[in-house]
Amino acid sequence: MQTNADSGFRPVEAARRRIRSPIIRDFLRDRWLYLMALPGILFFLIFKYVPMYGVIMAFQDFKPHLGFSGSPWVGFKHFERFFGEDQFWMLFRNTFLLAIYNLIFFFPLPIILALMLNELRSERFKRFIQTFVYIPHFVSWVVVVGIFYILFTTEGGAVNELLFKLTGEKIPFLLEPEWFRTMIVTQSIWKEVGWGTIIFLAALAGVDLQLYEAARIDGAGRWRQLWHITLPAIRSTIVILLILRLGNFLDSGFEHIFLMLTATNREVGEVFDTYVYVKGLTQAQFSYSAAVGLFKSVVGLVLVVVANWLAKRFGEEGVY
Amino acid sequence: MPYDKTWGNRIFDAFNITVLSVIALLCVLPFIYILAVSFTAPHIVAQGGFILYPKEFSLAAYKYIFSTNTLVRSLGVSIYVTVVGTLINLVLTSLLAYPLSRKTLRGRQLILMGVLFTMLFNGGLIPTYYVVKSLGMIDTLWSLMIPTAISAFNLIVLKNFFQNIPEGLEDSAKIDGCNDVGVLFRIVLPLSLPAIATFALFYAVDHWNKYFSAIMYINDNEKWPVQVLLREIVINANSRVGDTNIEEMNIQPLTIKMAVIVFATLPIMVVYPFLQKHFAKGVMLGSVKG
Repeated sequence: MQTNADSGFRPVEAARRRIRSPIIRDFLRDRWLYLMALPGILFFLIFKYVPMYGVIMAFQDFKPHLGFSGSPWVGFKHFERFFGEDQFWMLFRNTFLLAIYNLIFFFPLPIILALMLNELRSERFKRFIQTFVYIPHFVSWVVVVGIFYILFTTEGGAVNELLFKLTGEKIPFLLEPEWFRTMIVTQSIWKEVGWGTIIFLAALAGVDLQLYEAARIDGAGRWRQLWHITLPAIRSTIVILLILRLGNFLDSGFEHIFLMLTATNREVGEVFDTYVYVKGLTQAQFSYSAAVGLFKSVVGLVLVVVANWLAKRFGEEGVY
Repeated sequence: MPYDKTWGNRIFDAFNITVLSVIALLCVLPFIYILAVSFTAPHIVAQGGFILYPKEFSLAAYKYIFSTNTLVRSLGVSIYVTVVGTLINLVLTSLLAYPLSRKTLRGRQLILMGVLFTMLFNGGLIPTYYVVKSLGMIDTLWSLMIPTAISAFNLIVLKNFFQNIPEGLEDSAKIDGCNDVGVLFRIVLPLSLPAIATFALFYAVDHWNKYFSAIMYINDNEKWPVQVLLREIVINANSRVGDTNIEEMNIQPLTIKMAVIVFATLPIMVVYPFLQKHFAKGVMLGSVKG
């Protein structure tokens, strides 16, 4: 196979005969593959690894015209300022609460929906429902928030019109800060719940049907089959997704929240991500907001590692 | 799964079917509502209520939209970014995925680790912005396409897909005189069309829906993609679409908003039914065997 790998490229053939080292020989054999991989590798280096190196600006008083080498080092000054600010606890509370709300109200729903779909006997009806529930996943957050604005506004929004007919009152869903988190979670559910079922349905499709037959012969009803066969079958999928979710625990859906933020709900809506944007790009405090971003990234990384470790402790596979 | 026809089971099924139907309706009703209103005559819309089909058909909103430069231009930007961006995505992702799928490639593990790590940790918004800025991409449409050229997740899924192609096929192509580039383009890619179609859809949706990177990197409002314009009109209730004021035109601002939403959603709705069959498979490929 190796002799056939490169046809008609004489110098390399000749070189190969002279070179004994298997490493160099392999590199020559795969030279096309390395050439193909090059643009992709460069992409990851430039757009993923250079920004990682760029976080050193969090420890500097970064001035764009001085660059990384010329800007003065200031140690943990920006972190100290961040942790010392009143804003910190507000941001922490907002980010944390949204994450918890999503975990409690959003996370279980795709599992329940997948189980319900799995109980359908007509394949056709199942596919029909699936087609519908996947759709919202494909529209942008701008569209989702836009639709909610149109439906929930107190000025002629269909939902409030209906509420008014039923109760004689309107609820300012979009203006009241106390509705902010509910709105965010509802929008997330509407957009992603159907899509979230795919992975569970895939796991469910892999369950051996004979298990159900056997259980039925042993006298297990529908609920017992669910409890003893179906749920264990998707347990590892649930654990993996839970780990991933914990890893992104602090990513409360930046774009989504950014779109929902208004002057009135900032007190409950501002999260680490939006704060980084405001401080860094609208107020040009590069170093300070890079420090805030780094804090968030590090907490996120620690959360993934811890969650993965826990999963392995409990005998599950883990993500890596 | 076979079940006995007991009353308990029947009630369960009826309940299940009802709830699922309601959920499915909730997912599509808002779209139908918006589509219907956008085609309804303004004076009917002004009366309020939940419209599910245009009672009095009217193209006023669409006529207005196309009379402004702003929306047409931003649609153009979005189409350009989606088409060119998706091509860049597909080429770069397959070019890297294929070498990584060759188990004998030296350094493969190292590259894979490097890619996986970017899924766990990133430099954050500000350093990334700074890289894009240093490369001179601010206010160019490249800033919307190049920094997202490869999604690490899609890359890994595609790599796994390539790995499942029988090696014998590639060996025989090489015996017939193909080099690795030939094998990728003549054997591997044609065999992977369902996967490629799936990723094309995912990448294209990402580009079409792109909002935040445009806010960050594009200051020039002549280069706004349609999502940014949509936010201005619908959420910020900015009634000026470029040069003309909606309220002066004697049209319901609501129908304009809905017509803009229709445009921001349309391409996806058009492509969706064709690709729907494939993507479930594509997602499963990646997720189950990860």
